[in-house]
Amino acid sequence: MLIRSKVIKYGDDINTDVIFPGRYLEIVDAEEMAKHAMEDLDENFLEKVKQARIIVAGKNFGCGSSREQAATCLKYAGVEAIIAKSFARIFFRNAINQGLLAIECKDADKIDDGDEIEIDTEKGEIRNLSKGVTLKIKPLPSFLSEIIKSGGLIEYMKRRA
Amino acid sequence: MTLAEKILSEKSGVKAEAGDIVEANVDKAMSHDNAALVIKKFEEIGMPLKIPDKIVIILDHRVPANTIKTAENHKKIREFVKKHGIKNFYDINYGICHQVMIEEGHAGKGMLIVGTDSHTTSYGALGAFSTGIGATEMAAVWATGKIWLKVPETFKITITGNLPKGVFAKDIILHIIGELGADGANYKACEYYGIVENMALADKITIANMSMEMGAKAALFGGDSEGAYEKEFEFDVSELSPQIACPHTVDNVKSVEDVEGKEINQAVLGSCTNGRIEDLRIAAQILKGKKIANGIRFLIFPASMKIYKQALEEGLIDIFIQAGGVIMNPGCGPCLGAHEGILASNEVAIASTNRNFKGRMGSKEAEVYLASPATVAASAIEGKIADPRKYL
Repeated sequence: MLIRSKVIKYGDDINTDVIFPGRYLEIVDAEEMAKHAMEDLDENFLEKVKQARIIVAGKNFGCGSSREQAATCLKYAGVEAIIAKSFARIFFRNAINQGLLAIECKDADKIDDGDEIEIDTEKGEIRNLSKGVTLKIKPLPSFLSEIIKSGGLIEYMKRRA
Repeated sequence: MTLAEKILSEKSGVKAEAGDIVEANVDKAMSHDNAALVIKKFEEIGMPLKIPDKIVIILDHRVPANTIKTAENHKKIREFVKKHGIKNFYDINYGICHQVMIEEGHAGKGMLIVGTDSHTTSYGALGAFSTGIGATEMAAVWATGKIWLKVPETFKITITGNLPKGVFAKDIILHIIGELGADGANYKACEYYGIVENMALADKITIANMSMEMGAKAALFGGDSEGAYEKEFEFDVSELSPQIACPHTVDNVKSVEDVEGKEINQAVLGSCTNGRIEDLRIAAQILKGKKIANGIRFLIFPASMKIYKQALEEGLIDIFIQAGGVIMNPGCGPCLGAHEGILASNEVAIASTNRNFKGRMGSKEAEVYLASPATVAASAIEGKIADPRKYL
Protein backbone atom coordinates (compact mmCIF):
# COMPACT_ATOMS: atom_id res chain seq x y z
CA MET A 1 0.00 0.00 0.00
CA LEU A 2 1.32 3.40 -1.02
CA ILE A 3 -0.17 6.61 0.40
CA ARG A 4 1.21 10.04 -0.45
CA SER A 5 -0.12 13.25 1.05
CA LYS A 6 0.59 16.33 3.10
CA VAL A 7 0.49 15.96 6.88
CA ILE A 8 -1.63 17.48 9.67
CA LYS A 9 0.35 17.32 12.90
CA TYR A 10 -1.02 17.04 16.45
CA GLY A 11 0.54 16.44 19.87
CA ASP A 12 0.42 13.80 22.61
CA ASP A 13 -2.62 12.18 24.27
CA ILE A 14 -5.20 13.27 21.67
CA ASN A 15 -8.32 11.76 23.25
CA THR A 16 -11.48 10.41 21.66
CA ASP A 17 -13.64 13.11 23.25
CA VAL A 18 -11.94 15.86 21.26
CA ILE A 19 -11.82 13.70 18.13
CA PHE A 20 -15.54 12.93 18.34
CA PRO A 21 -17.41 14.67 21.21
CA GLY A 22 -19.84 12.69 23.35
CA ARG A 23 -22.71 14.96 22.38
CA TYR A 24 -22.77 13.33 18.94
CA LEU A 25 -22.61 9.67 19.98
CA GLU A 26 -26.20 9.04 18.95
CA ILE A 27 -25.13 9.42 15.30
CA VAL A 28 -24.92 6.06 13.48
CA ASP A 29 -24.39 7.38 9.92
CA ALA A 30 -20.70 7.57 9.02
CA GLU A 31 -20.99 10.55 6.65
CA GLU A 32 -22.74 12.51 9.37
CA MET A 33 -20.07 11.50 11.93
CA ALA A 34 -17.42 12.97 9.61
CA LYS A 35 -18.94 16.45 9.92
CA HIS A 36 -17.90 16.54 13.60
CA ALA A 37 -14.40 15.10 13.25
CA MET A 38 -11.87 16.84 15.54
CA GLU A 39 -14.50 19.41 16.44
CA ASP A 40 -13.18 20.11 19.95
CA LEU A 41 -9.50 19.94 18.96
CA ASP A 42 -9.14 21.84 15.71
CA GLU A 43 -11.98 23.84 14.21
CA ASN A 44 -10.14 24.06 10.87
CA PHE A 45 -9.67 20.32 10.55
CA LEU A 46 -12.33 19.68 7.91
CA GLU A 47 -10.77 22.41 5.76
CA LYS A 48 -7.20 21.13 6.31
CA VAL A 49 -8.05 17.50 5.53
CA LYS A 50 -9.00 18.45 1.98
CA GLN A 51 -5.30 19.04 1.33
CA ALA A 52 -3.67 16.81 3.94
CA ARG A 53 -4.94 13.28 4.36
CA ILE A 54 -2.39 11.90 6.81
CA ILE A 55 -2.49 12.71 10.53
CA VAL A 56 0.77 12.54 12.46
CA ALA A 57 0.68 12.67 16.26
CA GLY A 58 2.66 12.01 19.42
CA LYS A 59 2.08 9.32 22.01
CA ASN A 60 -1.18 7.70 23.10
CA PHE A 61 -3.31 8.84 20.16
CA GLY A 62 -7.00 8.03 20.66
CA CYS A 63 -6.93 7.55 24.42
CA GLY A 64 -10.18 7.52 26.36
CA SER A 65 -13.49 6.15 25.22
CA SER A 66 -14.08 2.98 23.19
CA ARG A 67 -16.23 4.96 20.72
CA GLU A 68 -15.29 3.75 17.25
CA GLN A 69 -16.86 6.89 15.84
CA ALA A 70 -13.47 8.48 16.62
CA ALA A 71 -11.90 6.28 13.93
CA THR A 72 -14.92 6.25 11.62
CA CYS A 73 -15.30 10.05 11.55
CA LEU A 74 -11.65 10.51 10.58
CA LYS A 75 -11.89 7.95 7.80
CA TYR A 76 -15.03 9.48 6.34
CA ALA A 77 -13.60 12.98 6.70
CA GLY A 78 -10.92 11.82 4.25
CA VAL A 79 -8.04 10.69 6.48
CA GLU A 80 -6.15 7.84 4.82
CA ALA A 81 -3.63 7.04 7.53
CA ILE A 82 -2.65 8.01 11.05
CA ILE A 83 0.96 7.85 12.18
CA ALA A 84 1.62 8.17 15.91
CA LYS A 85 4.42 7.45 18.34
CA SER A 86 1.91 5.18 20.06
CA PHE A 87 -1.82 4.48 20.02
CA ALA A 88 -4.27 3.81 22.81
CA ARG A 89 -5.24 0.18 22.37
CA ILE A 90 -8.97 0.44 21.73
CA PHE A 91 -8.50 3.22 19.17
CA PHE A 92 -5.88 1.15 17.35
CA ARG A 93 -8.27 -1.80 17.06
CA ASN A 94 -11.12 0.46 16.00
CA ALA A 95 -9.01 2.09 13.29
CA ILE A 96 -7.96 -1.25 11.82
CA ASN A 97 -11.54 -2.53 12.03
CA GLN A 98 -12.72 0.53 10.09
CA GLY A 99 -10.06 -0.09 7.46
CA LEU A 100 -8.10 2.98 8.53
CA LEU A 101 -4.34 2.51 8.47
CA ALA A 102 -2.79 3.17 11.90
CA ILE A 103 1.00 3.13 11.96
CA GLU A 104 3.20 3.25 15.01
CA CYS A 105 6.40 5.18 14.39
CA LYS A 106 8.75 6.17 17.20
CA ASP A 107 10.27 8.83 14.92
CA ALA A 108 7.01 10.67 14.29
CA ASP A 109 8.80 13.78 15.64
CA LYS A 110 10.74 13.88 12.37
CA ILE A 111 7.59 14.80 10.50
CA ASP A 112 6.22 18.34 10.76
CA ASP A 113 2.89 19.92 9.98
CA GLY A 114 2.56 20.49 6.25
CA ASP A 115 5.31 18.02 5.25
CA GLU A 116 4.65 15.91 2.18
CA ILE A 117 5.20 12.22 3.00
CA GLU A 118 4.80 8.86 1.36
CA ILE A 119 3.89 5.75 3.34
CA ASP A 120 5.08 2.49 1.81
CA THR A 121 3.70 -0.43 3.81
CA GLU A 122 5.34 -3.02 1.55
CA LYS A 123 8.81 -1.66 2.19
CA GLY A 124 7.97 -0.75 5.78
CA GLU A 125 9.00 2.87 5.50
CA ILE A 126 7.79 6.42 5.52
CA ARG A 127 9.54 8.79 3.12
CA ASN A 128 9.45 12.41 4.23
CA LEU A 129 9.66 14.06 0.81
CA SER A 130 9.82 17.58 2.25
CA LYS A 131 12.83 16.76 4.42
CA GLY A 132 14.43 14.00 2.36
CA VAL A 133 14.39 11.59 5.34
CA THR A 134 13.23 7.96 5.41
CA LEU A 135 11.74 6.48 8.60
CA LYS A 136 11.33 2.78 9.34
CA ILE A 137 8.00 1.31 10.42
CA LYS A 138 7.12 -2.09 11.81
CA PRO A 139 4.82 -4.06 9.49
CA LEU A 140 1.34 -5.00 10.77
CA PRO A 141 0.66 -8.68 11.53
CA SER A 142 -0.58 -10.23 8.29
CA PHE A 143 -4.19 -10.77 9.38
CA LEU A 144 -4.46 -7.09 10.35
CA SER A 145 -3.09 -6.10 6.95
CA GLU A 146 -5.77 -8.30 5.40
CA ILE A 147 -8.47 -6.44 7.35
CA ILE A 148 -7.10 -3.10 6.11
CA LYS A 149 -6.89 -4.34 2.53
CA SER A 150 -10.50 -5.59 2.72
CA GLY A 151 -11.61 -2.13 3.77
CA GLY A 152 -12.39 -3.05 7.37
CA LEU A 153 -13.56 -5.91 9.57
CA ILE A 154 -17.09 -6.05 8.12
CA GLU A 155 -15.84 -6.51 4.55
CA TYR A 156 -13.17 -8.93 5.77
CA MET A 157 -15.82 -11.09 7.47
CA LYS A 158 -18.14 -10.97 4.46
CA ARG A 159 -15.31 -12.28 2.30
CA ARG A 160 -14.62 -15.16 4.66
CA ALA A 161 -18.28 -16.02 5.29
CA MET B 1 1.22 -17.34 35.23
CA THR B 2 -0.47 -13.99 35.48
CA LEU B 3 -4.24 -13.83 35.81
CA ALA B 4 -4.48 -12.54 32.25
CA GLU B 5 -2.46 -15.53 30.99
CA LYS B 6 -4.53 -18.00 33.02
CA ILE B 7 -7.88 -16.66 31.85
CA LEU B 8 -6.87 -16.25 28.21
CA SER B 9 -5.33 -19.76 28.21
CA GLU B 10 -8.58 -21.23 29.44
CA LYS B 11 -10.72 -19.25 27.02
CA SER B 12 -8.54 -19.94 23.98
CA GLY B 13 -7.61 -23.56 24.69
CA VAL B 14 -3.92 -22.88 24.14
CA LYS B 15 -1.15 -21.95 26.54
CA ALA B 16 -1.32 -18.17 26.33
CA GLU B 17 1.77 -16.22 27.25
CA ALA B 18 2.28 -12.47 27.22
CA GLY B 19 2.84 -11.33 23.63
CA ASP B 20 0.93 -14.22 22.03
CA ILE B 21 -2.12 -13.50 19.93
CA VAL B 22 -4.98 -15.83 20.81
CA GLU B 23 -8.53 -16.34 19.63
CA ALA B 24 -10.69 -16.66 22.71
CA ASN B 25 -14.31 -17.49 23.48
CA VAL B 26 -16.09 -14.70 25.29
CA ASP B 27 -18.36 -15.36 28.27
CA LYS B 28 -20.33 -12.12 28.05
CA ALA B 29 -20.61 -9.43 25.41
CA MET B 30 -21.95 -6.18 26.85
CA SER B 31 -23.27 -3.16 24.99
CA HIS B 32 -25.21 -0.07 26.03
CA ASP B 33 -26.97 2.51 23.86
CA ASN B 34 -24.27 1.93 21.25
CA ALA B 35 -25.87 -1.46 20.61
CA ALA B 36 -27.72 0.52 17.91
CA LEU B 37 -24.42 0.89 16.05
CA VAL B 38 -23.49 -2.74 16.81
CA ILE B 39 -26.80 -3.87 15.31
CA LYS B 40 -26.17 -1.80 12.17
CA LYS B 41 -22.72 -3.38 11.74
CA PHE B 42 -24.00 -6.85 12.60
CA GLU B 43 -26.67 -6.62 9.94
CA GLU B 44 -24.05 -5.51 7.41
CA ILE B 45 -22.07 -8.70 8.09
CA GLY B 46 -25.21 -10.72 7.41
CA MET B 47 -24.30 -13.74 9.54
CA PRO B 48 -26.62 -15.35 12.12
CA LEU B 49 -26.41 -14.41 15.80
CA LYS B 50 -24.08 -16.96 17.36
CA ILE B 51 -24.32 -16.11 21.04
CA PRO B 52 -27.75 -14.63 21.93
CA ASP B 53 -27.48 -15.82 25.55
CA LYS B 54 -24.10 -14.20 26.09
CA ILE B 55 -25.18 -10.80 24.86
CA VAL B 56 -26.10 -8.26 27.51
CA ILE B 57 -27.61 -4.90 26.52
CA ILE B 58 -28.15 -2.18 29.09
CA LEU B 59 -29.53 1.24 28.18
CA ASP B 60 -27.76 3.92 30.19
CA HIS B 61 -26.01 6.62 28.18
CA ARG B 62 -29.00 8.76 27.20
CA VAL B 63 -31.87 7.66 29.38
CA PRO B 64 -34.69 8.47 29.04
CA ALA B 65 -34.09 9.40 25.39
CA ASN B 66 -32.99 13.03 25.02
CA THR B 67 -33.53 13.42 21.27
CA ILE B 68 -35.56 11.79 18.52
CA LYS B 69 -32.35 10.24 17.20
CA THR B 70 -31.68 8.60 20.56
CA ALA B 71 -35.30 7.47 20.79
CA GLU B 72 -34.99 5.83 17.36
CA ASN B 73 -31.80 4.06 18.48
CA HIS B 74 -33.47 2.77 21.63
CA LYS B 75 -36.46 1.62 19.60
CA LYS B 76 -34.21 -0.23 17.16
CA ILE B 77 -32.47 -1.95 20.09
CA ARG B 78 -35.76 -3.01 21.72
CA GLU B 79 -37.02 -4.43 18.43
CA PHE B 80 -33.77 -6.33 17.83
CA VAL B 81 -33.77 -7.77 21.34
CA LYS B 82 -37.34 -8.98 20.90
CA LYS B 83 -36.72 -10.42 17.44
CA HIS B 84 -33.65 -12.39 18.53
CA GLY B 85 -34.88 -13.43 21.96
CA ILE B 86 -32.02 -11.73 23.80
CA LYS B 87 -32.97 -12.31 27.40
CA ASN B 88 -30.33 -10.18 29.08
CA PHE B 89 -31.79 -6.82 28.14
CA TYR B 90 -32.07 -4.06 30.71
CA ASP B 91 -34.13 -1.07 29.72
CA ILE B 92 -33.78 2.46 31.10
CA ASN B 93 -34.98 1.52 34.58
CA TYR B 94 -31.88 -0.44 35.69
CA GLY B 95 -28.85 1.84 35.69
CA ILE B 96 -25.31 2.21 34.46
CA CYS B 97 -24.10 -0.79 32.49
CA HIS B 98 -21.05 -1.68 34.60
CA GLN B 99 -22.98 -1.58 37.86
CA VAL B 100 -25.89 -3.53 36.37
CA MET B 101 -23.51 -6.17 34.92
CA ILE B 102 -22.20 -6.81 38.42
CA GLU B 103 -25.56 -6.56 40.23
CA GLU B 104 -27.24 -8.95 37.82
CA GLY B 105 -24.48 -11.54 38.07
CA HIS B 106 -23.09 -11.21 34.55
CA ALA B 107 -19.52 -10.75 35.75
CA GLY B 108 -17.43 -13.14 37.81
CA LYS B 109 -14.00 -14.52 38.54
CA GLY B 110 -12.17 -16.08 35.61
CA MET B 111 -14.60 -14.84 32.99
CA LEU B 112 -13.66 -13.19 29.69
CA ILE B 113 -15.95 -10.23 29.10
CA VAL B 114 -15.86 -7.69 26.30
CA GLY B 115 -17.94 -4.55 26.24
CA THR B 116 -18.45 -1.61 23.90
CA ASP B 117 -17.38 0.75 26.64
CA SER B 118 -13.87 1.55 27.75
CA HIS B 119 -14.71 1.19 31.46
CA THR B 120 -15.49 -2.49 30.92
CA THR B 121 -12.25 -2.99 32.89
CA SER B 122 -14.49 -2.60 35.99
CA TYR B 123 -15.26 -6.33 36.28
CA GLY B 124 -11.65 -7.05 37.10
CA ALA B 125 -12.76 -6.13 40.63
CA LEU B 126 -14.31 -9.62 40.65
CA GLY B 127 -11.35 -11.27 38.92
CA ALA B 128 -12.67 -11.19 35.35
CA PHE B 129 -10.52 -10.34 32.34
CA SER B 130 -12.73 -7.65 30.90
CA THR B 131 -11.93 -5.07 28.30
CA GLY B 132 -13.43 -2.48 25.99
CA ILE B 133 -13.88 -2.87 22.22
CA GLY B 134 -15.58 -0.90 19.44
CA ALA B 135 -19.02 -1.49 17.96
CA THR B 136 -17.81 -3.12 14.74
CA GLU B 137 -15.69 -5.58 16.66
CA MET B 138 -18.67 -6.34 18.90
CA ALA B 139 -20.74 -7.11 15.80
CA ALA B 140 -18.10 -9.71 14.90
CA VAL B 141 -18.28 -11.14 18.44
CA TRP B 142 -22.06 -11.46 18.11
CA ALA B 143 -21.52 -13.39 14.88
CA THR B 144 -18.68 -15.65 16.05
CA GLY B 145 -18.60 -15.72 19.85
CA LYS B 146 -14.87 -15.13 19.63
CA ILE B 147 -12.33 -12.33 19.68
CA TRP B 148 -8.62 -12.12 18.92
CA LEU B 149 -6.56 -10.66 21.73
CA LYS B 150 -2.92 -10.04 22.28
CA VAL B 151 -2.10 -11.51 25.68
CA PRO B 152 -0.95 -8.46 27.66
CA GLU B 153 2.11 -8.15 29.82
CA THR B 154 1.14 -7.53 33.43
CA PHE B 155 2.07 -4.86 35.96
CA LYS B 156 1.95 -5.86 39.60
CA ILE B 157 0.74 -2.91 41.65
CA THR B 158 0.92 -3.17 45.42
CA ILE B 159 -0.63 -0.61 47.74
CA THR B 160 0.80 -0.38 51.25
CA GLY B 161 0.27 1.69 54.39
CA ASN B 162 -2.79 2.69 56.38
CA LEU B 163 -5.17 4.75 54.32
CA PRO B 164 -5.67 8.06 56.17
CA LYS B 165 -9.11 9.35 57.12
CA GLY B 166 -10.78 11.22 54.27
CA VAL B 167 -8.74 9.39 51.63
CA PHE B 168 -10.44 6.74 49.53
CA ALA B 169 -10.00 4.22 46.71
CA LYS B 170 -10.61 7.04 44.20
CA ASP B 171 -7.69 8.97 45.66
CA ILE B 172 -5.47 5.88 45.44
CA ILE B 173 -6.20 5.28 41.77
CA LEU B 174 -5.92 8.97 40.87
CA HIS B 175 -2.52 8.99 42.58
CA ILE B 176 -1.42 5.91 40.62
CA ILE B 177 -2.61 7.43 37.32
CA GLY B 178 -0.76 10.64 38.17
CA GLU B 179 2.43 8.67 38.76
CA LEU B 180 2.21 6.29 35.78
CA GLY B 181 0.65 8.72 33.29
CA ALA B 182 -2.27 8.57 30.85
CA ASP B 183 -0.53 5.87 28.82
CA GLY B 184 1.45 4.37 31.71
CA ALA B 185 -0.31 1.02 31.48
CA ASN B 186 -1.31 1.14 27.79
CA TYR B 187 -1.95 -2.42 26.52
CA LYS B 188 -1.03 -3.84 29.95
CA ALA B 189 -2.98 -5.84 32.50
CA CYS B 190 -2.71 -4.52 36.06
CA GLU B 191 -2.93 -6.89 39.02
CA TYR B 192 -3.62 -5.17 42.33
CA TYR B 193 -2.31 -6.33 45.71
CA GLY B 194 -1.86 -5.06 49.25
CA ILE B 195 -4.42 -3.14 51.29
CA VAL B 196 -6.79 -2.82 48.34
CA GLU B 197 -7.34 -6.60 48.43
CA ASN B 198 -9.23 -6.15 51.69
CA MET B 199 -11.27 -3.17 50.57
CA ALA B 200 -14.98 -3.31 49.71
CA LEU B 201 -16.07 -4.48 46.26
CA ALA B 202 -17.19 -0.90 45.56
CA ASP B 203 -13.61 0.31 46.08
CA LYS B 204 -12.15 -2.43 43.89
CA ILE B 205 -14.60 -1.50 41.14
CA THR B 206 -13.47 2.15 41.35
CA ILE B 207 -9.83 1.11 40.96
CA ALA B 208 -10.47 -1.39 38.14
CA ASN B 209 -12.74 1.11 36.37
CA MET B 210 -10.25 3.98 36.48
CA SER B 211 -7.30 1.79 35.45
CA MET B 212 -8.60 2.46 31.95
CA GLU B 213 -7.41 6.05 32.38
CA MET B 214 -3.81 4.90 32.23
CA GLY B 215 -4.58 2.76 29.21
CA ALA B 216 -4.92 -0.63 30.93
CA LYS B 217 -6.36 -3.44 28.85
CA ALA B 218 -7.56 -5.18 32.00
CA ALA B 219 -7.32 -4.58 35.75
CA LEU B 220 -7.53 -7.60 37.98
CA PHE B 221 -8.00 -8.44 41.63
CA GLY B 222 -7.74 -11.89 43.20
CA GLY B 223 -4.42 -13.01 41.77
CA ASP B 224 -1.87 -15.21 43.55
CA SER B 225 1.06 -12.88 42.93
CA GLU B 226 2.88 -15.71 41.13
CA GLY B 227 3.07 -14.39 37.60
CA ALA B 228 5.98 -13.17 35.53
CA TYR B 229 5.37 -9.45 35.82
CA GLU B 230 6.79 -6.96 33.36
CA LYS B 231 7.03 -4.31 36.06
CA GLU B 232 6.24 -4.07 39.75
CA PHE B 233 5.13 -0.92 41.51
CA GLU B 234 4.57 -0.19 45.16
CA PHE B 235 2.64 2.80 46.45
CA ASP B 236 2.64 3.73 50.13
CA VAL B 237 -0.57 5.65 50.76
CA SER B 238 -0.13 6.35 54.48
CA GLU B 239 0.67 10.02 53.81
CA LEU B 240 -1.66 10.46 50.84
CA SER B 241 -3.92 13.53 50.68
CA PRO B 242 -7.23 13.61 48.82
CA GLN B 243 -6.30 13.71 45.13
CA ILE B 244 -7.68 15.89 42.34
CA ALA B 245 -7.25 15.29 38.59
CA CYS B 246 -7.08 18.76 37.10
CA PRO B 247 -8.07 19.83 33.57
CA HIS B 248 -7.71 18.55 30.92
CA THR B 249 -6.06 15.17 31.43
CA VAL B 250 -6.72 12.49 34.04
CA ASP B 251 -3.01 12.19 34.83
CA ASN B 252 -2.76 15.88 35.79
CA VAL B 253 -3.15 14.89 39.45
CA LYS B 254 -2.54 17.17 42.42
CA SER B 255 -3.14 17.01 46.15
CA VAL B 256 -6.21 18.86 47.39
CA GLU B 257 -3.95 21.33 49.23
CA ASP B 258 -2.70 22.59 45.87
CA VAL B 259 -6.14 23.07 44.34
CA GLU B 260 -8.48 23.98 47.20
CA GLY B 261 -10.23 27.31 46.89
CA LYS B 262 -10.88 26.94 43.15
CA GLU B 263 -14.44 28.19 42.64
CA ILE B 264 -16.93 25.77 41.12
CA ASN B 265 -20.31 26.06 39.40
CA GLN B 266 -21.32 22.43 39.60
CA ALA B 267 -20.62 19.39 41.77
CA VAL B 268 -21.41 15.98 40.33
CA LEU B 269 -21.78 12.85 42.44
CA GLY B 270 -22.33 9.53 40.70
CA SER B 271 -21.22 7.48 37.66
CA CYS B 272 -19.91 3.96 37.12
CA THR B 273 -16.76 5.05 38.92
CA ASN B 274 -18.29 6.43 42.11
CA GLY B 275 -22.08 6.13 42.22
CA ARG B 276 -22.39 3.16 44.57
CA ILE B 277 -24.12 3.14 47.96
CA GLU B 278 -20.80 3.55 49.80
CA ASP B 279 -20.11 6.69 47.74
CA LEU B 280 -23.53 8.15 48.45
CA ARG B 281 -23.18 7.34 52.17
CA ILE B 282 -19.90 9.20 52.61
CA ALA B 283 -21.24 12.21 50.70
CA ALA B 284 -24.42 12.19 52.78
CA GLN B 285 -22.41 11.96 55.99
CA ILE B 286 -20.60 15.16 55.01
CA LEU B 287 -23.72 16.95 53.77
CA LYS B 288 -26.11 15.98 56.56
CA GLY B 289 -27.79 19.07 57.97
CA LYS B 290 -25.81 21.36 55.66
CA LYS B 291 -26.63 23.39 52.58
CA ILE B 292 -24.66 23.61 49.37
CA ALA B 293 -23.13 26.99 48.56
CA ASN B 294 -25.32 29.64 46.98
CA GLY B 295 -25.31 29.72 43.22
CA ILE B 296 -23.93 26.25 42.56
CA ARG B 297 -25.65 23.14 41.23
CA PHE B 298 -25.22 19.79 42.92
CA LEU B 299 -26.22 16.77 40.82
CA ILE B 300 -26.55 13.25 42.18
CA PHE B 301 -26.98 10.26 39.91
CA PRO B 302 -26.78 6.85 41.59
CA ALA B 303 -25.14 4.08 39.57
CA SER B 304 -28.24 1.89 39.53
CA MET B 305 -31.90 1.82 40.43
CA LYS B 306 -31.14 -0.67 43.22
CA ILE B 307 -28.66 1.78 44.71
CA TYR B 308 -31.17 4.61 44.27
CA LYS B 309 -33.78 2.60 46.18
CA GLN B 310 -31.35 1.71 48.94
CA ALA B 311 -30.27 5.35 49.24
CA LEU B 312 -33.93 6.32 49.59
CA GLU B 313 -34.43 3.74 52.33
CA GLU B 314 -31.33 4.90 54.18
CA GLY B 315 -32.47 8.53 54.04
CA LEU B 316 -29.50 9.62 51.93
CA ILE B 317 -31.63 11.05 49.13
CA ASP B 318 -33.46 13.18 51.67
CA ILE B 319 -30.14 14.57 52.92
CA PHE B 320 -29.11 15.48 49.37
CA ILE B 321 -32.43 17.19 48.62
CA GLN B 322 -32.37 19.09 51.93
CA ALA B 323 -28.87 20.25 51.08
CA GLY B 324 -30.08 21.64 47.76
CA GLY B 325 -29.08 18.81 45.43
CA VAL B 326 -30.87 17.61 42.32
CA ILE B 327 -31.43 13.86 42.10
CA MET B 328 -31.24 12.38 38.63
CA ASN B 329 -32.12 8.92 37.41
CA PRO B 330 -29.28 6.39 37.14
CA GLY B 331 -27.41 6.83 33.86
CA CYS B 332 -24.23 8.15 32.30
CA GLY B 333 -25.50 11.50 30.97
CA PRO B 334 -23.50 14.16 32.82
CA CYS B 335 -20.19 12.26 32.85
CA LEU B 336 -19.73 12.45 29.09
CA GLY B 337 -21.76 15.55 28.27
CA ALA B 338 -24.34 13.35 26.58
CA HIS B 339 -27.29 14.97 28.27
CA GLU B 340 -28.17 16.50 31.66
CA GLY B 341 -25.78 18.65 33.62
CA ILE B 342 -24.01 20.17 30.61
CA LEU B 343 -21.50 22.91 31.41
CA ALA B 344 -21.47 26.35 29.78
CA SER B 345 -18.30 28.12 28.68
CA ASN B 346 -15.93 29.07 31.49
CA GLU B 347 -17.86 27.01 34.03
CA VAL B 348 -16.07 24.69 36.44
CA ALA B 349 -17.24 21.35 37.78
CA ILE B 350 -15.91 18.97 40.37
CA ALA B 351 -17.05 15.42 39.71
CA SER B 352 -16.67 11.90 41.06
CA THR B 353 -16.65 10.71 37.44
CA ASN B 354 -13.71 9.39 35.41
CA ARG B 355 -12.68 11.85 32.68
CA ASN B 356 -11.88 15.55 32.54
CA PHE B 357 -11.01 15.95 28.86
CA LYS B 358 -11.69 19.25 27.14
CA GLY B 359 -15.39 19.39 26.27
CA ARG B 360 -16.11 16.18 28.18
CA MET B 361 -18.99 17.65 30.20
CA GLY B 362 -20.20 20.20 27.67
CA SER B 363 -18.48 23.36 26.49
CA LYS B 364 -14.85 22.97 25.48
CA GLU B 365 -14.22 26.17 27.42
CA ALA B 366 -15.41 24.47 30.64
CA GLU B 367 -13.22 22.72 33.20
CA VAL B 368 -13.74 19.43 35.02
CA TYR B 369 -11.86 18.40 38.17
CA LEU B 370 -12.08 14.76 39.24
CA ALA B 371 -12.15 13.70 42.89
CA SER B 372 -13.61 11.31 45.43
CA PRO B 373 -17.29 11.54 46.48
CA ALA B 374 -16.17 13.00 49.82
CA THR B 375 -14.21 15.77 48.12
CA VAL B 376 -17.16 16.46 45.81
CA ALA B 377 -19.52 16.76 48.80
CA ALA B 378 -17.17 19.06 50.74
CA SER B 379 -16.71 21.21 47.64
CA ALA B 380 -20.49 21.46 47.14
CA ILE B 381 -20.81 22.91 50.64
CA GLU B 382 -18.09 25.51 50.14
CA GLY B 383 -18.74 26.34 46.47
CA LYS B 384 -15.07 25.80 45.82
CA ILE B 385 -12.76 22.83 45.79
CA ALA B 386 -12.47 21.80 49.44
CA ASP B 387 -10.63 19.31 51.63
CA PRO B 388 -13.11 16.71 52.91
CA ARG B 389 -11.00 15.77 55.93
CA LYS B 390 -12.29 18.65 58.03
CA TYR B 391 -15.82 17.28 57.66
CA LEU B 392 -14.99 13.73 58.76
